[in-house]
Amino acid sequence: MSKISLYSNRDNNRAKLAARNAFLMLVLLFMAAVSLFPLVYMLLNSFGPNVQRAGNVRSVFPSVWTLDSYRAFLGFSQYSLRWLLNSLIVAGSVTVGNVVFASAGGYAFSKLRFRGKNVLFYLILVGMMIPYQVTQVPLYILIVRSFKLSNTYAALILPGLVSSYNIFLTKQFFQQIPNEVLESARIDGCSQLGIFLRIVVPLSKTVLAVVAVTSFLGNWNTFFWPFLITSEESMYTIQVGLKQFRYANTTLFGPMMAGAAISTIPMFILFFSLQKYFLEGVTVGAVKG
Amino acid sequence: MKQLKDKQTGVRRLPGDGRWAAMFLAVALVMFAVFTLYPLFYAVKTSFLAYKPFGSDFVGFKNYTDTLKSALFWKSVRNTLVYTAAVVPLTLLLSFLVAVMIQPFTRKIQAGLKAMFYLPLLASGVALSVVWQWIYDSSPSGLLNIVFDFLGLPQQNWLNSSKTAMLSLIIMALLSGLGQNIIIYSAALMGIDNSYYEAAEIDGARFPAKIRFIVLPAVKPTTLFLTVTGVINSFQVFMNAYMLTGGGPDNNTNMVGLLIFNNAFKYNEFGLACAQAVILTIIIGGISILQFRMTGADVEY
Repeated sequence: MSKISLYSNRDNNRAKLAARNAFLMLVLLFMAAVSLFPLVYMLLNSFGPNVQRAGNVRSVFPSVWTLDSYRAFLGFSQYSLRWLLNSLIVAGSVTVGNVVFASAGGYAFSKLRFRGKNVLFYLILVGMMIPYQVTQVPLYILIVRSFKLSNTYAALILPGLVSSYNIFLTKQFFQQIPNEVLESARIDGCSQLGIFLRIVVPLSKTVLAVVAVTSFLGNWNTFFWPFLITSEESMYTIQVGLKQFRYANTTLFGPMMAGAAISTIPMFILFFSLQKYFLEGVTVGAVKG
Repeated sequence: MKQLKDKQTGVRRLPGDGRWAAMFLAVALVMFAVFTLYPLFYAVKTSFLAYKPFGSDFVGFKNYTDTLKSALFWKSVRNTLVYTAAVVPLTLLLSFLVAVMIQPFTRKIQAGLKAMFYLPLLASGVALSVVWQWIYDSSPSGLLNIVFDFLGLPQQNWLNSSKTAMLSLIIMALLSGLGQNIIIYSAALMGIDNSYYEAAEIDGARFPAKIRFIVLPAVKPTTLFLTVTGVINSFQVFMNAYMLTGGGPDNNTNMVGLLIFNNAFKYNEFGLACAQAVILTIIIGGISILQFRMTGADVEY
């Protein structure tokens, strides 16, 4: 790091600097440990024994290390694996939908001129700010009562297929691409579709990755919508499935943690392979300048 | 948001642009119309009905007046305000502190620390809520009570006492919701040019002065953004209340979001739920505008 920054590194001697950094690191690690605790606890206890505990007597480390809870999770329902597959199908489709259609929309709003553009864009902005309770109740009525679509993939996927936020995000990003680049391609006879696919998309990998990653994560972990519109076990997503391990006054703790651990693995893989987009990606659209 | 208003593309308009725009926008607009716009109108319409699956009755503003007369609604609004007033500023403060504290370290270490704060967001909220239930368990074997016992503090009935239930939900939100904000704040900090610090150093400014006169003004747009989105989200949040307390005890953790959810999906009072959702929208819209007015005069978006 440079000599002069937020922290003054100049007049201090080395020992003092090291002590300061050690102190900061200690505080940071303590905070991180506290916020990581529930997750670590979940992972540790997924290897615990599959016993239905009376009350809530638990320890941080399982008394015995075993894979019983994983077996119990898989054996809990004939659909245990199907729940994971359902989540994969839903989150995957929503991800593809947002990457393709939201970015296409974002391109039109950023680089094409057409009548009614501002009005339409305002509508999208307003759509972003509407609390989801407002649309959730009518959507539920429409999909379950009117269209009779409960327990279908269509009902799980379509409402999230193109999010207003992603249209907004991609538009903001595409706007930074200089117009000269697009103009010259136009003069060379490139169609708008060609410009979009051959020039804009390759320049926008960051924002597209961010859209993909956030869409997948959000839909993988979403609970309430699938909970509302699925009643057949075969159509549950993994989050709704996990809820089944909780009864009125008891919880199949080990198997639930095992299921949660299995469902977290794809997220970890995604996170560690695309860390850059998670860590720097959320700032697209949030930080200006 | 000024910039969005009259943004010109700067690209010359060619014949055929309109047709291309229609193609690019087709799917997005159809989806938007079907799954956002139409439900929005449907919600407003339903809010004037006593909803029945076949043949609802028009009841005018009854759902609205019922809501405004309901003590439970106002209690939920109050709870939501308390929750928001605690969670949003404290989350911002803690994430800002963490973002500042990681600055002296190398990029790699920073990324590792950010990852540690972000990881809890990857896990299943349903499963984590069960872990939190144990943390807050009222028996002496609940984790927090074990810690309290160790510190010589009295045992608490965390989620079941009206004194501590809301506090428990607030602590939980604070401990699991920092990751995103830390990342955004540290990106904002990274965007501050070193020449500012150099100039400040020449003037003899020390760390607190740098924070006050350089960092805070520089991250002001970020703070505004995070405040507005934080408040909007906090007004809708009800997952934790739903999973951990169910709104109890004695409705002390009932939030507007949970109230709407229960009215719709527990009691099938769709008309009432829609009216309350519309009121919630108006409240959120009003607060967002107020925030922009109060703090955003000099912030460009």
